[in-house]
Amino acid sequence: MSATADVMAADIVAGAEPPGAALGRSAMDGPAWVGWAFIAPFALCYLGLLAAPVLEGFWLSFNAVDLLTGKGQFVGLANFLDLARDEVFLRCAVNSVLFAAICTPAFVGLGLALALVLNRPGRTGAWLRGTFFASNVLSVTVVTLIWRLVLLPDRGLMSQGLSVFGLPDLAPLSNESLALPFIALVTLWWGIGLPMMLILAALQQIPPDLYEAAALDNASRWRSFRFITLPALRRTLVLVAIVQVIGQLQVFGQAQLLTNGGPNNSTRTLVMFIYEALFDQWALGYSAAAAQVLFVLMVLGVSVQRWAERREGAPS
Amino acid sequence: MTASIEFAGVAKRYGAVEIIPDFSLDIGAGEFIVLLGPSGCGKSTLLRMLAGLESVSGGRILLAGQDVTALPPGRRGLAMVFQQYALYPHMSVFDNMAFGLRNIGLADAEVKRRVEDAARMLELDALLQRRPAQLSGGQRQRVAIGRAVVKEPKAFLFDEPLSNLDAKLRHRTRIELARLHKRLGATMVFVTHDQVEAMTLADRIVVLNGGRIEQAGPPMDIYQRPRTRFVAGFVGSPAMNFLPVERMADQQGRIAVRLPGGAVVLTQVAARPIAGQLELGVRPEGLRLAADGPVAGCVELLERLGERSLAHVGLGDGTVVVAEVPVNSTLAMGETVRLRLDVDQVHLFDGAGLAHHAEPAPDGVPAEALLAGAAAAEVR
Repeated sequence: MSATADVMAADIVAGAEPPGAALGRSAMDGPAWVGWAFIAPFALCYLGLLAAPVLEGFWLSFNAVDLLTGKGQFVGLANFLDLARDEVFLRCAVNSVLFAAICTPAFVGLGLALALVLNRPGRTGAWLRGTFFASNVLSVTVVTLIWRLVLLPDRGLMSQGLSVFGLPDLAPLSNESLALPFIALVTLWWGIGLPMMLILAALQQIPPDLYEAAALDNASRWRSFRFITLPALRRTLVLVAIVQVIGQLQVFGQAQLLTNGGPNNSTRTLVMFIYEALFDQWALGYSAAAAQVLFVLMVLGVSVQRWAERREGAPS
Repeated sequence: MTASIEFAGVAKRYGAVEIIPDFSLDIGAGEFIVLLGPSGCGKSTLLRMLAGLESVSGGRILLAGQDVTALPPGRRGLAMVFQQYALYPHMSVFDNMAFGLRNIGLADAEVKRRVEDAARMLELDALLQRRPAQLSGGQRQRVAIGRAVVKEPKAFLFDEPLSNLDAKLRHRTRIELARLHKRLGATMVFVTHDQVEAMTLADRIVVLNGGRIEQAGPPMDIYQRPRTRFVAGFVGSPAMNFLPVERMADQQGRIAVRLPGGAVVLTQVAARPIAGQLELGVRPEGLRLAADGPVAGCVELLERLGERSLAHVGLGDGTVVVAEVPVNSTLAMGETVRLRLDVDQVHLFDGAGLAHHAEPAPDGVPAEALLAGAAAAEVR
């Protein structure tokens, strides 16, 4: 999936026609196989390690395969029909979509806010940028370990903090309606650095004289932000949103380690379902079918964003 | 609407670094002022302080008599054209020009009228729906000017607006700006390091050096009677020739000097006490080929510019002077030539860099006679 994201990211960032499009054939004189030879190492890796497994996964989703014996038979759409009737799967799909819907706007909004605040010269700004980015380098195990200590009932930091003010213990990870939002919070803490840096980089590309021209044009801070900053950041914000939709729909580690899908499946996600269907139930075809659904959800999410971007960017 | 501008003892400091120590200047309403100077002389800083984009460390700025030193840029009623145009990239040409008007809540009909009027004047009618990226450099420049025009400002500020254009377009835009000034009669303050722009556009040029005014005056005054060696060297292309000279006994109430090669020239500068090492300054057009000229040298380079030709002549002591030679001259590189100084155009600079100019020839003594005197002195 990350390859898909990379390709899309490159597309958005470049946004222009391919370089060298104007070059004629003469610039690349020589037998055609030379060109193929150059791209062969990448093409083989791509086909062997990405395209083939994806296609095989697609094929597997129409089969009932037992992982232990390796024997299987074509079952058509039966796996998908079973999924549609599987309450746990539906719950997982809703959880994943809900999780992405909470995380994506939060990443874009908070990333933008932090970038705007920290887009300043000086040591304090640099130190704070480093601090916010630091959590990005931690592994999911470390992140969840830290947050388990914070969110632990009775003895956790949050519980003790609340008790100081005489407030009841929330114990969010054992609360059906709070568990998923708190995993989103942990994810936000973990991953906010990169969106912030991307937006910060885009902010620093805006020529300062545009703001000076706006100041002379009597533009308020809000109008400068609305008509200069936001349009200049649009592509980066869309990039961040797409990366987050793709990433957060695949949430696994945090949910697995913080709540293991509980309480009452309220934090069980699609990737957890796929994993469990495969390694607990050995149902390879069923698991592959769920993976296809996740893929479709991701494509849908990205398509909606790009459609919205085109609508917004269309000249009035 | 157009307003006078007054800088009263304006200073600018960045920490301990003083960029502008004490700057005072009155600009009349409707005047076209050019701030001219090399990079780092403080001219852009002055313009930005006037616009409100830089804080003022000392002194006051008055616009139509009103103190605007502490006012934010948008409330000064000024319009500025930036070096890089600073057009809003995500807005159409129309919206770029209308943005400032909408910000002050002007009615849509009035916004439309003003933008369309300015677009007509600047021949931008057909481009109103385009984005800046779809325009050429010259068109962008016109949009930037249009954005200023629609605001009907008290004064227009230009920060090196022609420096990104090619030579032909620069020339055309210069003419358009001159026309615009004539048509609007607005106060304009124009910053440049290009003395051709300054000479062709300004009612008055203010030459700056190290944050101080070296000289302020009409373009031809600056060119013909530079107050200091700095102004003489900065204004004019190619620059004025400078030769270290030694003062000789005055003749006929004028200062006579000995050139590096030993020739003595009787200048038109009235005799007076002058301190320090003297330098003689003469522009290329004040040096002409003459078989009996007092200055001899070898042609090191010939620049044939079409409308005129310039010869770079190396004197014996390593000094190189630039002289204007006839366009169709058959002069060749390596040739030895003699040059005559047009004493009407000779300036002397004292040790402090202050200029002493040629005075009109005394009654009954024609310039040629003085030159003959110089030739005679050379023989001696």
